[in-house]
Amino acid sequence: MIEVLRCGALTTVQDLGRHGYRHLGVGQSGALDPIAVRQGNLLLGNPAEAAVLEISVGPLVLRFDQDCAVALTGSGFVATIDHGGIDLLPGHVAMIAAGDTVTLSKSLVPGARTYLAVAGGIDVPLVMGSRSTDINARFGGLHGRPLQTGDKLATGLCSTNAVPAKKGIRPLSPSHILRALPGPDYESFTAQSCEDFWNQAWRINHQSNRMGLRLSGHALELLQSLELLSAGVLPGDVQVPSSGLPIVLANDAQTIGGYPRIACVIQADLWQLAHVPPGTSVYFQQVTVDEAITALVQQRRYLSRMEDSLRSALREAC
Amino acid sequence: MTAKESPAGSSLSTAVVAPRVTRLRENTLLFSFTDDHSKAPELILQKRVWALAAWLEERRESLGLLEIVPGMGNLLLSTAVQSVGACSTRDSAGIFDLDSLSDQILILWPTLASTDIKGRTIEIPVIYGGDAGPDLKEVAAHTGLSPDDIIARHCAGEYRVYCLGFQPGFAYLGGLDAALATPRRATPRLVIPAGSVAIGGSQTAVYPSTTPGGWQIIGHSVLKMFDPEQVQPSLLMPGDLVRFINMGGS
Repeated sequence: MIEVLRCGALTTVQDLGRHGYRHLGVGQSGALDPIAVRQGNLLLGNPAEAAVLEISVGPLVLRFDQDCAVALTGSGFVATIDHGGIDLLPGHVAMIAAGDTVTLSKSLVPGARTYLAVAGGIDVPLVMGSRSTDINARFGGLHGRPLQTGDKLATGLCSTNAVPAKKGIRPLSPSHILRALPGPDYESFTAQSCEDFWNQAWRINHQSNRMGLRLSGHALELLQSLELLSAGVLPGDVQVPSSGLPIVLANDAQTIGGYPRIACVIQADLWQLAHVPPGTSVYFQQVTVDEAITALVQQRRYLSRMEDSLRSALREAC
Repeated sequence: MTAKESPAGSSLSTAVVAPRVTRLRENTLLFSFTDDHSKAPELILQKRVWALAAWLEERRESLGLLEIVPGMGNLLLSTAVQSVGACSTRDSAGIFDLDSLSDQILILWPTLASTDIKGRTIEIPVIYGGDAGPDLKEVAAHTGLSPDDIIARHCAGEYRVYCLGFQPGFAYLGGLDAALATPRRATPRLVIPAGSVAIGGSQTAVYPSTTPGGWQIIGHSVLKMFDPEQVQPSLLMPGDLVRFINMGGS
């Protein structure tokens, strides 16, 4: 059992997301950075889909009532094991002894996201195939809401050893360049706006959240006002409401939308949405479908290599 | 931009234009079946969208589909094979050929019968006005109808579920009496309670869960519109007919 002794806003239980139910209006939820989830779970010998904690605002103080291996991935926080005063090294497994607390202090980068995986995974019920918290519809995760002080979290059975602490992984660094394909309504924007979209630095607005990144910059204009019938949307779609300021939809976005879409961020870059906090800037880079596929295959190869390397480290540990 | 016209477009009936296909990203296609975005699609067209969604649903596994999302006169699909989150990192061996899937759907589209899917009729009990429907007076002021008249007209309607979206179990309903159309509130409410029955522009809906929003709340229903624990989580499904039953109020 893990007890939440202190908790800032917006720590949620997430896994790789709730897929296949958008036709019922059910959003994806899930960790904004699924790669960080895979990394943490691999380090601990968990299945890839085990649930972890996504933390974006500190502090978070957890007390473990049993020995437990944990792994910190993602970016932004410094974590310490209090009784030893030991730092948790990101990308490495740490052993927490029964009775110890883990403290994630204030985020170094406000709005960045860190993931804490625990051996066995966070044990909350599977709802529609996922343990992710759907904050808007209020189901999944722990009681369908962010964690609060006093919450108690169960962990699943640990079936395997963790990767030895001396072997770890380096977190990926976000490039702040989001590769994208022109969206279904790209040609409805003025030539100047299309150019502006790809060429300017878009500042991440402070109203950004898990539903979407709101961007500030030179507003985009349509050739003429455009009415659209509601159609399915996905995380990574870049909508442009009447303000002309784009919104990059993220995991908690609604399933259907009616705003013009100027572009769609490719899958290989979606994990970066977790690591572009308010105040930072992003660029969009136009790519082709073939380039998007190549990027995805390269990312898969990177993940496979990481899996192979960590699995062999696991075998050596057994 | 990777849009293209249907090769079979010329053989379609006049009611149906050639679909427009857009590759949104490596694993995502959007099919738009109508050019007219100014109003809800004809029911005959939407029935074809449902037929296509059903055809795809039957092949979800064999085609490796992840999401099949019918919209208003359109359909979005994504494949699992090329998804980062939803499948194993080992599944990349064969990057799925979306172009051939797209061609297959374009050939299928004109042959799809727009026969009725077996929609059920769902009756939704509503308490209108008062605390349950704080904006009934505003709808009355805008439409020039009395609250009783609004309730009678709202209950006389027969509504068709076109698609689900926005919230889990939120149904896009066609069939609101044009006389009841009322613009959204100038200042959206911070809270529209779950169960609210509301009018926004020329649409009406029941809110399955609490949300901020600008629609005019005319009533409240105790029916649970969405329950993630059920095998069939959404009370309403595309093709269903909806009737509102006046349980009192005004």
